[in-house]
Amino acid sequence: MASATLTVRAGKDKPPPKTPGWIWALPPVALLALFFLYPLALVVQQSVQPDTGGTSLQPYSDVFASEAFREALGTTVWLAVGATAGCLVLGFALALIIAFVPFPGGRAVARFIDVFLSFPSFLITLALLFIYGTKGMANGMWTDATGAAEGPFQFLTTPWGVLLAEITYFTPFVMRPLLAAFSQIDTAQLEVASSLGAKPGRIVRRVILPEALPALAAGGSLVLVMCLNEFGIVLFTGAKGVTTLPMLVYSKAILESDYPAACVVAVVNVAISVGLYGLYRVVSRRVGA
Amino acid sequence: MSSGIRFDRVSVAYGKNTVLDALDLTVEPGEVMALLGPSGSGKTTALRAVAGFVRPASGRVFIGERDVTGLPPHQRGIGMVVQQYALFPHMRVAENVAFGMKAQKVPKSEIPGRVAEALDMTGMASYARRFPRELSGGQQQRVAIARALAIRPGVLLLDEPLSALDAQLRSGMLGELARLHRELPDVSILYVTHDQVEALTLADRIAVMDKARLKDCGTPQELYRAPRTEFTASFVGNANLLPVRVGSGAVSFGATDLKVDTGDVAQGATATLCVRPHLVGLGDGPNALSGRVAEVQWRGATHRLYVDVAGERVKADLRELRTPPGIGDEVTLHFAPEDAVLLGAGVTDG
Repeated sequence: MASATLTVRAGKDKPPPKTPGWIWALPPVALLALFFLYPLALVVQQSVQPDTGGTSLQPYSDVFASEAFREALGTTVWLAVGATAGCLVLGFALALIIAFVPFPGGRAVARFIDVFLSFPSFLITLALLFIYGTKGMANGMWTDATGAAEGPFQFLTTPWGVLLAEITYFTPFVMRPLLAAFSQIDTAQLEVASSLGAKPGRIVRRVILPEALPALAAGGSLVLVMCLNEFGIVLFTGAKGVTTLPMLVYSKAILESDYPAACVVAVVNVAISVGLYGLYRVVSRRVGA
Repeated sequence: MSSGIRFDRVSVAYGKNTVLDALDLTVEPGEVMALLGPSGSGKTTALRAVAGFVRPASGRVFIGERDVTGLPPHQRGIGMVVQQYALFPHMRVAENVAFGMKAQKVPKSEIPGRVAEALDMTGMASYARRFPRELSGGQQQRVAIARALAIRPGVLLLDEPLSALDAQLRSGMLGELARLHRELPDVSILYVTHDQVEALTLADRIAVMDKARLKDCGTPQELYRAPRTEFTASFVGNANLLPVRVGSGAVSFGATDLKVDTGDVAQGATATLCVRPHLVGLGDGPNALSGRVAEVQWRGATHRLYVDVAGERVKADLRELRTPPGIGDEVTLHFAPEDAVLLGAGVTDG
């Protein structure tokens, strides 16, 4: 009897069985696998299954050899790099003004940046179409004033139109982290720099810019990846001669029903994005971001 | 580099709120002037007006003979040190110190030598390759001072430079600042602080400010021994201020007559008698005041007694007592006639 009592007590003192930590990782991993990794794997699988049957890298050879792919790759890269550069320059300048130049409504503008981030990309393109489109306001005012048959603003359906739309849409994605970084800069640093004889340009270059570099890198990388994958803006501008990788995926899959080729292009697109992300991580770790 | 600062009726306002009201003050070349006052007294605004970070609504600011009122900060040629150091975190110590010289286009060949000189002067020569984050608060402040001195300014503005340091470091840095000033006798220093010890220790003269106005200005000894206003007497040295009625060669405080120099204060007038706590003694003596102990504080080397006398609370700082009185005990305090200053009516608060 005594030993039974002791056994029961010992049982009571035992800590409850511990749940292994990896159990908690299962649900998110399962969801990720189901909704992201599995479809991605299907895309990769499809990319190595040519219409002729079997498994081979023939679709890759065919796609890489095609002029359309090389042109789309080039267009995608230059548009993404150009838009990112434009966003960095414009975003840095605008964020500087909002953060350091007091003006009425400055706070409202800063808040609007947050709202702007939630807009769909096609909305911005649509707005640009209203202003600079063939039948847009700017051309309408020109034709009304001069009686000409058409206005001078015909760039929206060219690569430059896509570039403008992408810069307009993605600039706030650079501004947001920059504004957060600027808010962390001690204004006393700027005042002391100024008292030491530094003009505003030097203060921006030597004090503000170095401290904002991690934010610039973060915003720039994000914009670069988003521009590489941008589809809506290119579609909405109606720039017929502008074919980017996402547009090529669309035309191969939907218009030509060439799924292996579409999947090859998609895999290339994903590889570029993941590669850039990896590069960003390496660079940001080196600069201590 | 021109030296000396002059405020010529300088007023600064934010909307309808005047934060500096018609300040007239001159800091002589090579002088250390402390602007002393509580928060919101306008002392930092005055400093910022010299630096060019606030534009006066009226009045002029001069550095040396030059009217700098309309000049941007980078053209004023001043050194500035602020409470939180404001070192550039991405630059090494040497780069921080060189910043001002590069901005002022000092010949490149001169810069390393002057950086070394400024770091030597502040005892930071061996830290030149470090980043600010690798330094203690005191070391960062030394670098900030070196950075300000490296441009060889005629005017050095110090805005509560020791406030972020602990008491021991603060005491050490005060000595360092005094030494630096001895080594740079031509530099005028405007030193903003709310700490009377810093002001008394370092300044050649102290300008006492309150509610956007200059209340008093004089040498530390003048302000401490013969304050002209109640505010100065209270803020500098936390004096006892006793309401008295002036008689012939004496004043009456409650039912007690006290012998003091009444100066030119009219007989029959009400006035304020200012007595420093450390000049009040315990026990019988001249100008004895009897009262009941309200509080006793042991402060290591001293005891502070708070004694209620005739409805007023009198403070007395006494060398550590072996058997201090208890709360509620009846005690007698006294002070020498020459240790009291009578502040006549009309000089209470500027």
